[in-house]
Amino acid sequence: MTSLHRWPLRLASLALCLLFWQVATRLRLDLGLLTFTYVPTPRSVLDAAWALAASSILWDHVTSSLGRVFTGYLIASICGIALGIVIGRSRWAQDSLLPPLEVLRPIPAVAWIPLAILMFPSSELSMIFITFTGALFPVLLNTVHGVEGVDARLIASARSLGAGRLAILREVILPGAAPSIVTGLSIGMGTSWFCLVTAEMISGQFGIGYYTWESYTLQNYPDIIVGMLLIGVLGMGSSLLVKRLGNLLTPWYRTGGRRG
Amino acid sequence: MSTHATNQPLGRVEVERLTIRLGEGQQAFEAVQSLDFSVAAGEFVCILGPSGCGKSTLLGALAGHLTATSGSLRVDGQAVDGPSPQRGMVFQHHTLLPWRSVLDNVAFGLKMQRIGKAERRHQAQEFLRLVGLQDFASRWPDQLSGGMQQRSEIARVLINRPRLLLMDEPFGALDAQTRSKMQELLLDIWGRFRTTVVFVTHDIDEALFLADRILVMSPRPGRFIEDLRLDFHRPRQASLLTSPEFVQLKRHCLELLRHEEGRELPRLTPLGLPTDFPPLRVAL
Repeated sequence: MTSLHRWPLRLASLALCLLFWQVATRLRLDLGLLTFTYVPTPRSVLDAAWALAASSILWDHVTSSLGRVFTGYLIASICGIALGIVIGRSRWAQDSLLPPLEVLRPIPAVAWIPLAILMFPSSELSMIFITFTGALFPVLLNTVHGVEGVDARLIASARSLGAGRLAILREVILPGAAPSIVTGLSIGMGTSWFCLVTAEMISGQFGIGYYTWESYTLQNYPDIIVGMLLIGVLGMGSSLLVKRLGNLLTPWYRTGGRRG
Repeated sequence: MSTHATNQPLGRVEVERLTIRLGEGQQAFEAVQSLDFSVAAGEFVCILGPSGCGKSTLLGALAGHLTATSGSLRVDGQAVDGPSPQRGMVFQHHTLLPWRSVLDNVAFGLKMQRIGKAERRHQAQEFLRLVGLQDFASRWPDQLSGGMQQRSEIARVLINRPRLLLMDEPFGALDAQTRSKMQELLLDIWGRFRTTVVFVTHDIDEALFLADRILVMSPRPGRFIEDLRLDFHRPRQASLLTSPEFVQLKRHCLELLRHEEGRELPRLTPLGLPTDFPPLRVAL
């Protein structure tokens, strides 16, 4: 709120990007390695967006995507935080659980598609699984990091004041790791959307990712960009939402020692 | 609040042939070796020694954070077995929970005893008044100065009515003026509670000003080289610092500590060896 004077520059930067897009596509800019010859102009994208917005199908696309992303994300958050706390607190859990997870972590969402189809009875569940894989690791690793970073003196002090195992978890570990967990949740939200197109490649008919992929196969180029932008905007919005919620949950952290 | 004083004095400490080894494998060493001492109930004892001599290690063992390699530690005849609210600990830097208001931090021990919210907040407010922080109850700990943080820390420990108050250079990170104010405040509070205090410091003036008795420690392996009893009149005032008896004792302590000069040791903590910040394992 205090940075109101920074908005003009931010908006100008966005406008400049749009202007570059317009100029590059209008002039059919060809840089040899990179060509804008076949990139749709902003105008045609706007028209496509308008057409999509006017059609009743947009709502179906958006709600099915939101449903998939949020279901996968929610399950990933619960698993990630729970696993992260166990791994962060116990050396045994770290040695037994972390190695397989480290192997699974670099596998890209696309590579999960065949297995996801084989493992789950419906394509809906497969898609949720793929958005789940996207969010799990950022949440998990940030939680582990947050839990390990809790000052040992705080734990010792709480024990000296009579706190048992559960009280330490509730009063010290969880709030201590909270800022890090919030970071993980926020990154996880982004990566969850990131995996959406991949996930919806196996969708039958609905979803923004599906819409984007379908537009490519049907060569509706402006629609591709509409889909991309829609994912970007929805992803940004959800990440912002997560960050806001996280800030509400960690008031001592955000304010840097200033209560509103 | 008015019934702090108990009839039978509690807080008697007996330590026999205490040895504590720290570190692992090749790097293991005896931080304290074969210590024998006892502290009477209600006594104010300072443990004085150079950095790394093992005085904080001893304190950590009394608090129950470190286990004895051999020997025994008893408080009122009971073996020390893990941390307990009866043995309150104040660290050099405060350990108030950053996510709790000052009031809720002070009330923490009562919460652990499952005392109701209204009652524990009422008591916490009383203890904040005792340390002069009644107007800062709703602040976050990070909003307080270093001296105020230590005062809240003391209130938080005292609310549990500990038999033993363990202090690890609690004023070491404060500026000189705040430190001397805190020393007077501590003596004032101790005058009312009369709990046993074991106070670790490397500051000779501080030890002489506060203590009934000073145990001087030599570095690695830590052993006591002197047991000084002080009978300066109480309540003590800052003018004591310049009295001839004080200066004479100070000279004596300086000589004892100078004797041990020559090697510098890394600081030990009541939780064992100083730990590095955990390695960053998040690579996204």
